[in-house]
Amino acid sequence: MLLEVKDLRVEFPTRRGVLTALNGVSFSIAPGEVLGVVGESGAGKSMTGAAIIGLLEPPGRIAGGEIRLEGERIDNLPYEKMRRIRGKRIGAIFQDPLTTLNPLYTVGRQLVETMQAHLPLSDAEARQRAIGWLEQVGIPAAAQRIDAYPHQFSGGMRQRVVIALALCAEPQLIVADEPTTALDVSIQAQIIALLKRLAREQRTAIMLVTHDMGVIAETADRVAVMYAGRIIEIGPVRQVVRHAQHPYTAGLMASIPPLDRRVERLAQIDGAMPRLNAIPPGCPFSPRCPEVFERCRVARPELMPAGATDAACWLHDQPGAPA
Amino acid sequence: MIAAKELARHFDVSRPWLQRKLAGEPTRTLRAVDGVTFDIPKGTTLSLVGESGCGKSTVARLVVGLYRPTSGEVLFEGRDLSAARASPEQRRRMQMIFQDPYASLNPRWRVHDIVAEPIRAFGLVPNPAQQRERVAELLRQVGLSPLDGGKYPHEFSGGQRQRISIARALSSNPEFLVCDEPTSALDVSVQAQILNLMKQLQRDLGLTFLFISHNLAVVRQVSDRIGVMYLGRIVELAESESLFIRPRHPYTRALMEAIPDLEMTGRSRTPVGGEVPSPISPPSGCTFHPRCPLANDRCRAEAPALLDGVACHAVQEGRG
Ligand SMILES: Nc1ncnc2c1ncn2[C@@H]1O[C@H](COP(=O)(O)OP(=O)(O)OP(=O)(O)O)[C@@H](O)[C@H]1O
Ligand SMILES: Nc1ncnc2c1ncn2[C@@H]1O[C@H](COP(=O)(O)OP(=O)(O)O)[C@@H](O)[C@H]1O
Ligand code: SF4
Ligand code: SF4
Ligand SMILES: [Mg+2]
Ligand SMILES: [Mg+2]
Repeated sequence: MLLEVKDLRVEFPTRRGVLTALNGVSFSIAPGEVLGVVGESGAGKSMTGAAIIGLLEPPGRIAGGEIRLEGERIDNLPYEKMRRIRGKRIGAIFQDPLTTLNPLYTVGRQLVETMQAHLPLSDAEARQRAIGWLEQVGIPAAAQRIDAYPHQFSGGMRQRVVIALALCAEPQLIVADEPTTALDVSIQAQIIALLKRLAREQRTAIMLVTHDMGVIAETADRVAVMYAGRIIEIGPVRQVVRHAQHPYTAGLMASIPPLDRRVERLAQIDGAMPRLNAIPPGCPFSPRCPEVFERCRVARPELMPAGATDAACWLHDQPGAPA
Repeated sequence: MIAAKELARHFDVSRPWLQRKLAGEPTRTLRAVDGVTFDIPKGTTLSLVGESGCGKSTVARLVVGLYRPTSGEVLFEGRDLSAARASPEQRRRMQMIFQDPYASLNPRWRVHDIVAEPIRAFGLVPNPAQQRERVAELLRQVGLSPLDGGKYPHEFSGGQRQRISIARALSSNPEFLVCDEPTSALDVSVQAQILNLMKQLQRDLGLTFLFISHNLAVVRQVSDRIGVMYLGRIVELAESESLFIRPRHPYTRALMEAIPDLEMTGRSRTPVGGEVPSPISPPSGCTFHPRCPLANDRCRAEAPALLDGVACHAVQEGRG
């Protein structure tokens, strides 16, 4: 496994007490594998990504568990060491391009410097590669645009530059948080194709956080579904999308608006995900679950084998349950 | 209820005067919206779809009066918009929900005050206790808890913030709502709740919507009619179902093919070839011609007019 996350716990000390944002999150990603991470906003998807790249927003902190990259722990490294890993071995793509790009430097200079910090390249080689990366992320006339400043690009183009920056040092792992949400379907298709190609050809491992189930369906090998700071189902993409084993996943899939017809009313999961300071005892989904039964309200289910996936649901731990 | 007539909005994107003079450059104009005409009958939903930068949000801002048109006009119940907006009672009747749930909420206000502000400004519920009750009801309506009223926007995730701005927009009991990508920042489960809520409000209160989205599956669920925009113009305007069953404009067809599809795990889709051209120097003739498989010489020279719901020479010549 390239990345192993075990029992990760992230806490936010606040004036009103300690909030547990992630609780017992475990998963792994193999080289060349794309793991999709889905779930309602606030479920902890971005938090998981931030913990892996060592950029939790203070006062957030890792309070338990471990994160390993090629077997080596990276969750307890000093800042400088982690910073070097972040540039070279782990690439990060965030949703907001303005936070990643330096407005004072040309796009080309930022790409060249990033590559030269991690790869032995001459100026001319680095510039040539920078143009290549801009082309790969779909910037037309890249050779002419390379000396432009970020503000001279449209929002969607800046997002593509950010993607190029994350990819150009050829990291082993890419953590991409909603990388295509701000992009049009046409550009989105291009970026997704690029990520898939990197996974296939360079064996890059990708953690892809998005709430776009269509993107997940066509990109991910496996999917992790998060709810209230936990992974509640994880498994192969086809199985999770088509044969969800956790009632929350099933509800999530059912609420996707169909493209091929108009329905009077979309299926919806009533209620809202609990706040971090009010997670109910037992199964965190129990107040909204259509299949809730007594045990759910008192005992917390951990991930257990369920059909072709793993699901944290007591339905799969009953005598005669569809295991 | 609301109508746009040959609506246009141009932006001056020239460099500062002195720099421009020194470099001897001409002024540069960006035609964000360039001659858009539609009307939305009371109680119905018109959606605008199209790629980023095609002018959807600019239309939205023109329609609620946040921008003045460069030319053309917006009519609200037959009256010119600026006249209609002069009275608070008229302003109350139209509200807008923005694309960006981060930028549209005042970070220093508690959620309760954010949602209550229009109620107070328009004097809708005078009694503070009733006001609190109304805010609690609105928060519940959008899937939040009344207890959230005491918190600040930064304590919420993006999707939760968007629910707050929807609650705020609903608080003045508007009749016409402009929704600019209201669910784009939301996850599907919340999106389903919000779309169901919008449809129910429309049935119960007879609301009229201008709905903007780039998600065609979402648009299909809510629209009566759909306008497909490309570089500041409407290239196809049709009844929602007929647009999906029989898209006519080559751009509409390309958009539909580019959608990722859940059913076909592993399938690769056909992206719309090429790049959206710059609205500062749009292509000649039909602005879609550099990306259009049906383009010919006439397309490169002559801009097609919107006839019978579609602006395309090929369709009009019967070779589409
Ligand atoms: N205040 C402004 N000054 C200059 N140009 C502007 C301004 N507002 C919008 N534009 C430009 O007008 C065009 C249309 O913008 P608009 O925001 O309407 O796009 P949109 O269709 O809503 O796109 P998106 O899907 O990305 O929200 C874009 O090229 C944009 O860069
Ligand atoms: N600075 C913060 N202080 C307290 N809670 C926070 C902070 N940032 C995020 N949270 C909470 O942590 C949870 C997970 O957030 P996040 O990982 O951003 O969710 P997602 O990416 O799944 O939408 C949410 O409940 C959010 O409200
Ligand atoms: S454990 Fe119980 S409440 Fe939780 S998802 Fe399963 S059936 Fe529903
Ligand atoms: S007018 Fe010509 S270029 Fe434009 S969409 Fe029709 S066929 Fe294509
Ligand atoms: Mg997030
Ligand atoms: Mg917009």
